[in-house]
Amino acid sequence: MRESLAATLTIFKKDLRSEMRTRYALNALLMFVITTLSIILFSIGNENVSPELLSGVLWIIIFFSTMSGLSRTFVSEEERGTVMTLHLIAKPLSIYFGKLLFNLLLLGGLNIFTVLLYLLFVSGFTVLNYSIFVTTIILGTLGLASGSTIIAAIIAKANTKGTLYPVLSFPILLPLLLTVINATKLSVSGAQFSESFGEFQILISYLVVLTAISFLLFEYIWKE
Amino acid sequence: MLLKLLLGLWLTLIIIAGFSFPITETPTNWYDLPFVPGLEDKARIIFFHVPMAWVTTLAFIISLIYGIKYLAKKEIDHDLISSSSAGLGLMFCILATVTGSLWAKFTWGSFWNWDPRETSIFVLLLIYGAYFALRSAIEGEEKKATLSAVYAIIAGITVPFFIFIMPRIVEGLHPNEAIVSKGKISMNRTMLVIFLSSLSGFTALFFWILNLRVRTERLEHKQSLKGD
Amino acid sequence: MNEIIFKTEGLAKTFNRRKIFKDISFELKENSSLAITGKNGSGKSTLLKILSGILSPTRGSIEMNIGGKIIRHDSYFKKLGLVSPYLQLYDEFTGQENLELFRDIRGIEATDNYIEDLLKLFKLWERRDDFVRTYSSGMKQRLKYAFALLHNPSILLLDEPRSNLDAEGIETVYKIMEEQKKRGILIVATNDSEDIEHCEQLIDLNKQETSGK
Ligand SMILES: Nc1ncnc2c1ncn2[C@@H]1O[C@H](COP(=O)(O)OP(=O)(O)OP(=O)(O)O)[C@@H](O)[C@H]1O
Ligand SMILES: [Mg+2]
Repeated sequence: MRESLAATLTIFKKDLRSEMRTRYALNALLMFVITTLSIILFSIGNENVSPELLSGVLWIIIFFSTMSGLSRTFVSEEERGTVMTLHLIAKPLSIYFGKLLFNLLLLGGLNIFTVLLYLLFVSGFTVLNYSIFVTTIILGTLGLASGSTIIAAIIAKANTKGTLYPVLSFPILLPLLLTVINATKLSVSGAQFSESFGEFQILISYLVVLTAISFLLFEYIWKE
Repeated sequence: MLLKLLLGLWLTLIIIAGFSFPITETPTNWYDLPFVPGLEDKARIIFFHVPMAWVTTLAFIISLIYGIKYLAKKEIDHDLISSSSAGLGLMFCILATVTGSLWAKFTWGSFWNWDPRETSIFVLLLIYGAYFALRSAIEGEEKKATLSAVYAIIAGITVPFFIFIMPRIVEGLHPNEAIVSKGKISMNRTMLVIFLSSLSGFTALFFWILNLRVRTERLEHKQSLKGD
Repeated sequence: MNEIIFKTEGLAKTFNRRKIFKDISFELKENSSLAITGKNGSGKSTLLKILSGILSPTRGSIEMNIGGKIIRHDSYFKKLGLVSPYLQLYDEFTGQENLELFRDIRGIEATDNYIEDLLKLFKLWERRDDFVRTYSSGMKQRLKYAFALLHNPSILLLDEPRSNLDAEGIETVYKIMEEQKKRGILIVATNDSEDIEHCEQLIDLNKQETSGK
């Protein structure tokens, strides 16, 4: 058990170091967010857009940036043929959790960046209840990382990886997306923290269920 | 053979009855159907749409069960059943979506309204679509079977979430509130009989086609083994 | 010395309904070696992947027993080393970083000295701080040997052991093969007669029978 945990952390560190050296995912992701955000700013122009609608738009940016970068960890191992090496040095579960941790960090950083830019530049978007907002971003990031990591493991084994990723992820992530959008709407409409308990319950159970099922099924994906 | 004819006859009778039995405010004759305010003649859709939606769900569950069986035993026959069932499920899902949205157009005024049940069927449609997109993108029979089974399980696990999520987002428009009022079904006996016959008829139809498909797939499989 | 038993029973692999091989059964104890030969495409590499737990067999079973304990399938990697043309190490790390990384992920006690020894043995010490992406194919092959020996495996699997190596490299490999036989089990997939001479038993996948030599 302790051994697997250490392996998990080392795999996480390996991915992190590899990312720092190659910047495969990070640069592209940051540019993706900036580009998308500027398109949205252009199209808003001087219009008055309701903060409720802007809550949805925020998560659209987050969803698509997730889809453009989070498959990297698995796909790059598969493309470079290092999957076999990983097979020979660690248990599947250490690999899964190492990758999950890396994706979590990547997505967490990315979402902080996205949300800050969004709050700064999208003038119609004013959060009235920050405790709901921050909790939503945190739980949303956790669930999104969990869902997109297991799908990334699946599509890494397929031929048309890029286009397939959002196609497979969308139905799985939809419950999460609908709920975070709803919770974000509550945060901009000035609801009390307790009013969003229902949403948070759903987000937490989603996270637990999805991580548990990934934990159980990853071995089937990993071992051919 | 006989069963096939019987099934054909069964479904024909249901279609005739479903379309032609009169709807009256006060059902007296055995063939009278009850009047549901706001639905009128449009209530007849229940005989076709609901069984299709039911078969869609059933097909998904069967596909899921055989997917799990495949992962446990790695017998390609289980994948064959699983994917055949999913194929039929996709077909019935499209039918259910089309019948549902046609009906919605005439009742609610637009083809699509994001009613909770519409959403769930839409999500099933997306999952079925993704499932087959995944299958066609994987080379190698075993890999295809394993990964699509895993995907079906993950997708299946997320579907129940919609039961909790959808009521928070939109209010239901779906008419089961009208027909199934407060747990008591306000169909009269005739309507119920036709409805249940239709449900069982379509279920039998599903199993019959599934059986055919699985048998052809098995033959194809055998054929390709001999080919080597 | 721990007792090592590595045996298979009725291993078969089918790819897309195409039977690659069937009924591979053998039993190896410590200090023994096995050569696997066969034409191109006969399934040598596939068999080694199955033995090392990367691929699952379509039928049949593998058992690894070390010091009286049955090793679980998901722990095979701790006991065996594999050198194969299909293996790729991390391009964006240096040779030494690769080995340190594998040591840390495995969670083993290999000291820096041991890594240094391995790098020197395979004549990579001078180039230890260069990225693997800049290595020649022979250097990469040498690094794979260091990778496979890092944890002193009880069972060493070599797929085409000589590929890309120069005469000196081949000498080193033969030395390692001899040492491995003293320490545990050696399995080599090859069609080279000199390689085969280093092994006591032979399986020809085109004939499908085990024979002593
Ligand atoms: N992932 C795969 N999917 C489908 N077929 C495969 C796969 N891997 C290998 N094969 C097939 O399995 C057979 C055996 O391949 P393998 O690489 O084991 O042969 P080999 O004996 O190592 O050949 P060589 O002497 O050329 O190294 C080949 O016919 C190959 O086409
Ligand atoms: Mg080979």
